[in-house]
Amino acid sequence: MDLTTLTIREAHEGLKKGEFTSVDLAKAYLEKIKRSDLNSFLSFDEESALRQAEEADKKIKFGNFGMLMGIPCSIKDSILVEGKKCTAGSKILENYVAPYDATVIKKLYEAGAVILGKTNTDEFTMGVSTENSAFGVTKNPNDKTRVAGGSSGGPAAAVAANEACFSLGSDTGGSIRLPASFCGVVGLNPTYGAVSRYGAIAMASSLDQIGPIAKNVEDAKIIFNVISGKDKMDATSADYKFEESKTELKGLKIGVPKEYFAEGIDPEVEKIIKNAIKKAENSGAKIVEISLPSTEYAIACYYIIVPSEISANLSRYDGIKYGLSEQDGNLLDVYLKSRGKGLGEEPKRRIMIGTYCLSSGYYDAYYKKAQEVREFVKQDFEKAFSEVDLIFTPVSPVPAFKIGEKSGDPLSMYLMDIYTCPLKLAGIPAISIPAGNMGNLPVGLQIIGNHFEENKILAIAEEMEKLLK
Amino acid sequence: MISKEEVQHIAKLARLELTEKETEKMQKDLTEILGYFDLLKNVPEITKNDSKKEVKNVLRKDEILPKDNSMAEKLIAAAPDKKDDYIKVKAIF
Repeated sequence: MDLTTLTIREAHEGLKKGEFTSVDLAKAYLEKIKRSDLNSFLSFDEESALRQAEEADKKIKFGNFGMLMGIPCSIKDSILVEGKKCTAGSKILENYVAPYDATVIKKLYEAGAVILGKTNTDEFTMGVSTENSAFGVTKNPNDKTRVAGGSSGGPAAAVAANEACFSLGSDTGGSIRLPASFCGVVGLNPTYGAVSRYGAIAMASSLDQIGPIAKNVEDAKIIFNVISGKDKMDATSADYKFEESKTELKGLKIGVPKEYFAEGIDPEVEKIIKNAIKKAENSGAKIVEISLPSTEYAIACYYIIVPSEISANLSRYDGIKYGLSEQDGNLLDVYLKSRGKGLGEEPKRRIMIGTYCLSSGYYDAYYKKAQEVREFVKQDFEKAFSEVDLIFTPVSPVPAFKIGEKSGDPLSMYLMDIYTCPLKLAGIPAISIPAGNMGNLPVGLQIIGNHFEENKILAIAEEMEKLLK
Repeated sequence: MISKEEVQHIAKLARLELTEKETEKMQKDLTEILGYFDLLKNVPEITKNDSKKEVKNVLRKDEILPKDNSMAEKLIAAAPDKKDDYIKVKAIF
């Protein structure tokens, strides 16, 4: 039996029955990682993983253990794991070693999960394809000439290629959902505040969230239950406790926003999503056409606010306290040259956009305006959820594109966020689940819910998963 | 079209050293992207609705919590230039 194909539940049952051990699981995944040609992992530690697995096996022998005990996973390289390198996909942190564990990592350790290694990301999680990683792109396991999506390309590819049982990714404008959709796995973007950001390398602090990427919806639910909750180290984390929901498709009001099916969507993608919506309707859900008029302004709003926050968050990479440092010249030279040499094209571009939008003379026209538009986006979703329970949309207008196809055209990359970024401005949760294929390219369905309604989303996603098999 | 001088000014504010080639590309990219933002001029008037949701601030006590010395040691060890327990930097003036 190929242990790397097991879901969390299947692996848990096998461990319980003594059919195999956590060390067996870890070894199986490590073999896959060593033979991988996807560039999904940036680093892995065999010794450490086997040690963790041995510890888990001791606890498993005692009986009565949680779902994540002994289960091997990968962590996006923008989340700190103490003692291990954390590069954020950037040369400026190429040799940076994390001095502490992120809270989500502490929680995974407590639950007994086994961390195999760190997976690839667009530099500082900026991108939709992992092509912006300073350490090479991650290939899509379904078609190695295509991107795995981004920025959590490594985490998603690892799960899709059975190089990890699950991954932790992060999502600011779609960075969990898009690669999950491109790779054919499940990705959950939590409500802002549901999961602690302590130990997550910050990109845009008012949008960033850490979330699970998994083989199926139940696995995503198991992981989310473990990693969510209030953290005193993150003042923006909410007093939130996950509780299962009994919501079902029968009688559910599903909103379908007309703006998400306008120009630009591939007709095949549209067909797959409409087909999924029809299946939901056949199971008793009521389909309601809604309108989100703020949609056409959302990307502009997002790409003003996010680079503005980026320009502040990346100012810490200055060659002074850690990371790449060019020591020639005076203090200003240290800043200019360390950042000039260490930061890649996309971070530089976004820092420049943000600096411009926040600078004197432009602040009102750009940043202040974008904050007003953000309020417009929030109100749109608030109004929608007074009419419907959940919203179904595509994740992306197209499936995984060819490596290199969109490089050199930053705006066309930004437009890939069209369906995933608006809800992030409102801070609400959404999941991507596989809904069908275009040839051998997976296409994901996005299910959006109101604040802290991950349980509703997960319950319906589980039902949809069965219908879409 | 964003001018070269404007790009150089912003780069200096952002403490980024750009090559000649990077500056040219940045001019092109910024012009295109900032041009795209122009569509926000068409956004209808938005009134902030007095949200039923209560927005509250999250505070903690302003107190010193003792921490093990090992963390401080790790942080100093990560610095590119150090002397004893200090991170060394260039003169500011």
